[in-house]
Amino acid sequence: MTTVAPTPPKTTERAPTPVRARRAHGTHSSYPTWFYLPAAVIYGALFLIPTLASFYFSLTRWTIFKSTFIGLDNYTAFFQEPALVKGFVNTFLYAIVTSGLKVVLGLFLGILLTSQIRARGYLRSAVFFPVLVSTVGVGITFTAFMDPSTGAINKALSAIGVDGPGWLTDPSLALFSVALVDVWKGVGLATVIYIAGIVSIPDEYHEAAKLDGANAWQLLRNVVLPLSWPATSTVIILSLIGGLRSFDLIWAMTRGGPGFSSDVVASVIYKQYQAGFYGLSTAGNVILFLVVTAVIVPLSRFLARKEVQR
Amino acid sequence: MVAVAAVLPLVLSACSAGSLGSSGEEGDATSIKLLVDNAPDNLQSAQQLAKAFEAKNPKTKVSVETRPGGTEGDNLIKTRLQTDSMADLFVYNVGSLFQQIDPTKTLTPITQDPYVKNLDESFVPQVTVGGQTYGVPLGSALGGGVLYNRKVYDRLGLSVPRTWAEFIANSEKIKADGVTPVIQTYQDTWTSQLLVLGDFHNVSAAEPGFVKDYTANKAKYATDPNAFKGFQHLQQIHDLKLQNPDFASATLVKGLQMLATGKGAQYPMLSTVISGIKTSNPDQLNDIGFFALPGDDAATNGLTAWFPNALYVPKTTTGGKLAAVKKLLAFAASPAGCTAQAKASTPTGPYLVKGCTLPTDVPTITKDVAAYFTKGAQSPALEFLSPVKGPSLDQISVQVGSGITNAKTGATQYDNDTRKQAQQLGLSGW
Repeated sequence: MTTVAPTPPKTTERAPTPVRARRAHGTHSSYPTWFYLPAAVIYGALFLIPTLASFYFSLTRWTIFKSTFIGLDNYTAFFQEPALVKGFVNTFLYAIVTSGLKVVLGLFLGILLTSQIRARGYLRSAVFFPVLVSTVGVGITFTAFMDPSTGAINKALSAIGVDGPGWLTDPSLALFSVALVDVWKGVGLATVIYIAGIVSIPDEYHEAAKLDGANAWQLLRNVVLPLSWPATSTVIILSLIGGLRSFDLIWAMTRGGPGFSSDVVASVIYKQYQAGFYGLSTAGNVILFLVVTAVIVPLSRFLARKEVQR
Repeated sequence: MVAVAAVLPLVLSACSAGSLGSSGEEGDATSIKLLVDNAPDNLQSAQQLAKAFEAKNPKTKVSVETRPGGTEGDNLIKTRLQTDSMADLFVYNVGSLFQQIDPTKTLTPITQDPYVKNLDESFVPQVTVGGQTYGVPLGSALGGGVLYNRKVYDRLGLSVPRTWAEFIANSEKIKADGVTPVIQTYQDTWTSQLLVLGDFHNVSAAEPGFVKDYTANKAKYATDPNAFKGFQHLQQIHDLKLQNPDFASATLVKGLQMLATGKGAQYPMLSTVISGIKTSNPDQLNDIGFFALPGDDAATNGLTAWFPNALYVPKTTTGGKLAAVKKLLAFAASPAGCTAQAKASTPTGPYLVKGCTLPTDVPTITKDVAAYFTKGAQSPALEFLSPVKGPSLDQISVQVGSGITNAKTGATQYDNDTRKQAQQLGLSGW
């Protein structure tokens, strides 16, 4: 009997080694490395090689017929682009405005649609519906709505005696008008993420807080907000990335106009491509890639750190 | 298996091409493919041309294919030429865009063919590179200037201005009458460029060496006093409030309606829009006339002209097909070819083929444009003389015309824009 006693610690001590060995060995034996090959070929051919090639082509003057190596000239030219400085400012403005509004409105709608209200299922679908509509379709529709003289919005405003502005034709307003449409279209997704986040908060927290006499605001501030933080960080990351590389809606509504006043980095890049400056537009894409990475990587680290343990 | 499936259609098409290739013999039919852009005027001209040609040459069958226009079309043309998959005959721009498809490598020259002698002298340089000619025009020439409502002009007792000062004086009188003097439609951004591009006849009249200096990076829009005037005019129109108040959101279609109904009196535009007016306001079409954008000097008053697209033969067309294609080109460069095209789409100016005359019932705009050609008072637009054209001129001129930036800033921005194009083309001196 006494000889039995030391055995368990021995096995527990020994146990990790065979497990580790088995796991390492297991991946090797039951799934041979060449199983990765098809995926690696597709990933390499469609993603890695083009990405690396684009770094090279961004250093060339590239026509459809030939490419000439010109060093960093494309980058210099890109930074001298009159629309570019404006484009950068606009990109960040657009990303911050859209993701900020999506967080605030998404949270509000999420709380509203998880509470006991009438027609909740219907309202949830109604809020989510714009997400399903084609972006270009939304853009064209809202362009018609926002027409300063014949659009529905300004006609409605003039019915109550307000002289509506040129939503898309006033250079200082155009970008914000597009951002509002983006929020209208994207807030449904943010709401769904928040609904999932809020619903997954265990009831015990609510009950405990209520027992302690917390009012609705305190409940929101100290229970719902911190515990739905993963939802908030997901919404921020998704909408910020979406905002930074936003293109389709802006192109459908203003094409960067009037003039260059609602140009973002992506639309500047597209215009260079359209004009046949392939090397220049590739350089722009490399810059956009670096900028998005430089913003999103630290931000996602920061947001992940703020997550609370349940 | 996949490889076999992929190759099969190629084999099949090779077979059919082979059997058609033997059609040089008597009795067999040759079929050729003609690729044209989908703009209604061009497409209809090409279709009617093909139909009339088939009627005369029953042994040749011409099938017309379409492609998108604009930059998308440019890329498609370049790609198909590069991959040797171009149709037997295709329609594309002349001038600077034509230079960009590398004609010496991709196209078959037609310099020695007899029908080239029928082409107008002004057109041949547009399709010639390194001493070789490559194209035959499809469609008519067009003018860039001012479309005006003749009824408004008659009512106010105005006459066609021959200097810019007269144009502004006319505009002030029209404004006093409560009619919009100058229509601008910045929702369709390309329409904003006319005051700059259409002013080129005046630039070259005042300064014949401009094109050479400009192409060699010596003359600049911002610093050359003559070239700068186009941008100044654009700013002036805005500063004097001569535009329609909804200039920022108006479209080309709306602008044409304003002009036809007399709500607006003058519209800087290309004469290609005739078909647009014909669709929207057919009854008022002949109320609208055309005059060239006036400059400072009444003595050199003249038109800035745009050239029609041309039909080109890629190097890949050979044998019996090449013979058939050349027959079609000869037909297009003959009076019968012009007549066929005029039947399908309203001419916007003269045909650039010797012996072609305009039908007598053409709209007033066409007659007015053709008169400048008859007088010899025209110069080609800058884009036909120099490969240097910046791609962002439409947005830059929208900014100047909307008062977002002034003329000087706009001209400087355009100079930077043209530099990119020149560098892309590898021109020396940039």
